[in-house]
Amino acid sequence: MKGNEAIVVGAILAGCRSYFGYPITPASEIAETAALLMPKVGGTFIQAESEIAAINMVYGAASCGQRTMTASSSPGMSLKQEGISYCACAELPCVVVDIMRGGPGLGNIGPEQSDYNQMVKGGGHGNYHVLCLAPNCAQEMCDLTMLAFDLADTYRNPVAILADGFIGQMMEPVEIPPPVTELPEKPWAVKGTAGTRDNLVSSIYLNHDELEAQIHKLYAKYGEIEKSEVRFEEYRLEDCDYVAVAYGIVSRILMTAIDEARAAGIKIGMLRPITLWPFPNTRLKELSRSVKGMLVAECSTGMLIDDVKLAIECAVPVRLYSRVGGNIPTATELVNAIRQLQEELP
Amino acid sequence: MKDVFQKPDSFFEYFTRSAGADKEATHYCPGCGHGNLHKLVAEAIDDLGIADRTVFVSPVGCSVFAYYYFQVGNVQSAHGRAPAVATGVRRALPHSIVISYQGDGDLAAIGANEILQAANRGELMTVIFVNNAIYGMTGGQMAPTTLIDQKTSTTPYGRKVSNEGYPIRVCELLSSLVAPVYIERCSLEDSKTIMKTRKAIRKALQYQIDGKGFSFVEVLSPCPTGWELEPMASREWMTKNMVSVFPPGVYKERLDAQSQSIEAPPVLDSQQILDALGMSTGASERTKSIPPDFPTHELILAGFGGQGILLLGQLLTKSSMIEGKFVSWLPSYGPEMRGGTANCHVVVSRRRIGSPYVPRPTLLVAMNQPSLEKFAGTVRPGGMVVYDSSFVKSATIPSHVTPAPIPFSEIANRLGSAKSANMVAAGAIMALTGITEEATLTGLIKKLKRKDLIETNLKALTAGREAALALGIQVAGTVIR
Repeated sequence: MKGNEAIVVGAILAGCRSYFGYPITPASEIAETAALLMPKVGGTFIQAESEIAAINMVYGAASCGQRTMTASSSPGMSLKQEGISYCACAELPCVVVDIMRGGPGLGNIGPEQSDYNQMVKGGGHGNYHVLCLAPNCAQEMCDLTMLAFDLADTYRNPVAILADGFIGQMMEPVEIPPPVTELPEKPWAVKGTAGTRDNLVSSIYLNHDELEAQIHKLYAKYGEIEKSEVRFEEYRLEDCDYVAVAYGIVSRILMTAIDEARAAGIKIGMLRPITLWPFPNTRLKELSRSVKGMLVAECSTGMLIDDVKLAIECAVPVRLYSRVGGNIPTATELVNAIRQLQEELP
Repeated sequence: MKDVFQKPDSFFEYFTRSAGADKEATHYCPGCGHGNLHKLVAEAIDDLGIADRTVFVSPVGCSVFAYYYFQVGNVQSAHGRAPAVATGVRRALPHSIVISYQGDGDLAAIGANEILQAANRGELMTVIFVNNAIYGMTGGQMAPTTLIDQKTSTTPYGRKVSNEGYPIRVCELLSSLVAPVYIERCSLEDSKTIMKTRKAIRKALQYQIDGKGFSFVEVLSPCPTGWELEPMASREWMTKNMVSVFPPGVYKERLDAQSQSIEAPPVLDSQQILDALGMSTGASERTKSIPPDFPTHELILAGFGGQGILLLGQLLTKSSMIEGKFVSWLPSYGPEMRGGTANCHVVVSRRRIGSPYVPRPTLLVAMNQPSLEKFAGTVRPGGMVVYDSSFVKSATIPSHVTPAPIPFSEIANRLGSAKSANMVAAGAIMALTGITEEATLTGLIKKLKRKDLIETNLKALTAGREAALALGIQVAGTVIR
């Protein structure tokens, strides 16, 4: 199954019953698959007039308590940011998928990871966070989408799936998890019933103190999320002298590179953040106490590396290997970067 | 004694949703049309008995705080997006009555596309459009409906056609669409026109209650503050200036519109969901155990668009997957695949696959000359280049790789269909690499869409295998520790 298709399957299994989207390469299969499958489960598919309309349709459906989603690729995500900010303030659970491509501007349709800042740091206006999950295979495209709906409901917050063109386009086996049929109650939702007449979904707090209180409430929630929802994968970190950090497609290539470097006697392992926000700060900090240096590999010009440096408070040197423009690093390039790191920090 | 005037039940007694200290006075200015209109809407909600199932979508603009007053479920939306938000509500709650209430900047400027498209989809909702020819909330700037020569804070010399164009007539614009069932423009100049508006609001809601479709009422409304006029003078200004530009009347009414179903779809159980998806849970069945020395094969398959290159890759991938190997398939995508060439990367391994992207293949399958030229140099030392010798006339193959010329297309033509050249290649790849077995491939080929080609495809598979075996070579793949 293609990664993009696995997202829709995961969404439907998680009880998502509406999809609002706009076509864009390399995310279009998500809309196409939703168009094919949503009607079969009594769900809604609308090809919206724009990315902006799509995220606002999500806002509407989420206001009614429905599990709902949209997906796009980088330029489309720029357009959705306003709506995501509204969802965050109104505390609306929803899932937003970004299959990243090359930018800035129209860029190209090759794989890139340059939406890191706009998705992980909250690309819209205001003080807020979006939980951000980064799958690196088709199975995780399905599984993390299901998890995303649970996290969204648990915390009443938008959750982003951040993948790249390759993870979206490639086909891999997927084991189908059982469907979720029991969904959480949402007493706050507007449902068009006598019992919900007093319910109000809104992101306006005209009174300064009230808005400040709402922001503090959001940040208390974010504190809980940072405590409870950090997820990451460790690969060959036993007895390592160096740690490499990557997510998405780059983490796959890095695995191969680490195998080769280990075979050449370099003790390196990988920490792969599965949640980019919340970020695995604590684990990285721990690792920084016992290693000589770190390598960050990313298909962006140095966005992930900022979070790594913050996490370890620059305790050890951190080097960057970056490819952009739709190019991705080869395993050989990463092995060379690892060798350089070793030479610099023997 | 019967009350002649009373507060509608669907208004709050006290405006508890307001953050302000005063829970009794509205935030609207004296003489503003919103007050009249809110009352007409609230009375209609009461009289039609729809308060419980009404969802009110309030916009950005002066009526952003409509939720202070209407005691119904409320979703407050972003600027211009009310029809999109209302669409989401409508689709999530089929039984509900959805009222989207918007001003002129919200609906006709920043949200012009949203209203147009919601109307065009025939969304089952009622849109109330308040046209006061100005931005009230932000302090009297020009609206798309501002009249020619009208002074506003952003048209201090008056609206000029040469710079700002003409006022937009929304009813006229929307009535050109097929889907809307009811479009009327009304006014709040005096009691007579207010009563007409009252009727129009009820009619629009009734169309929605009956499931007929999209209904739209534009209401010309005074903004004494924005216009810098006394309340009474502002009503006269409307009659004198607005009505001729925005003539009231029914612009569209489809008496023959059919009712849509507002039944919620049935909730499916687990098995029904899986059946709808055509899937079952758990791991797919593995038919083989993988020998411990099975190497990792990294393939690039490349050729013209239309040669079935992507399908060939999928077939090999799926076949190997069924046999229990780890697999990945990565296509070239986008304009490239529509531009005459296609390629895909396939990895088959006995262990978890690192990169699905193949910069250095162990095996290149080139179905045409350009593909051979593009990729031959990337093949790993000890690897192999299989190419369609029916098309490739001059092959420059690096000395550290093994060439395997096989006339895929000629063989396929001989068997009766040039389309089966990719299946000849499948047979050859199978024989040269051992990544998958003939029985598994045969099973998959029988399930392909083109049933008329099954027989030829199976013959092609066998012919490809034989042609490859005749070469007497095999590719090794790589063993990763």
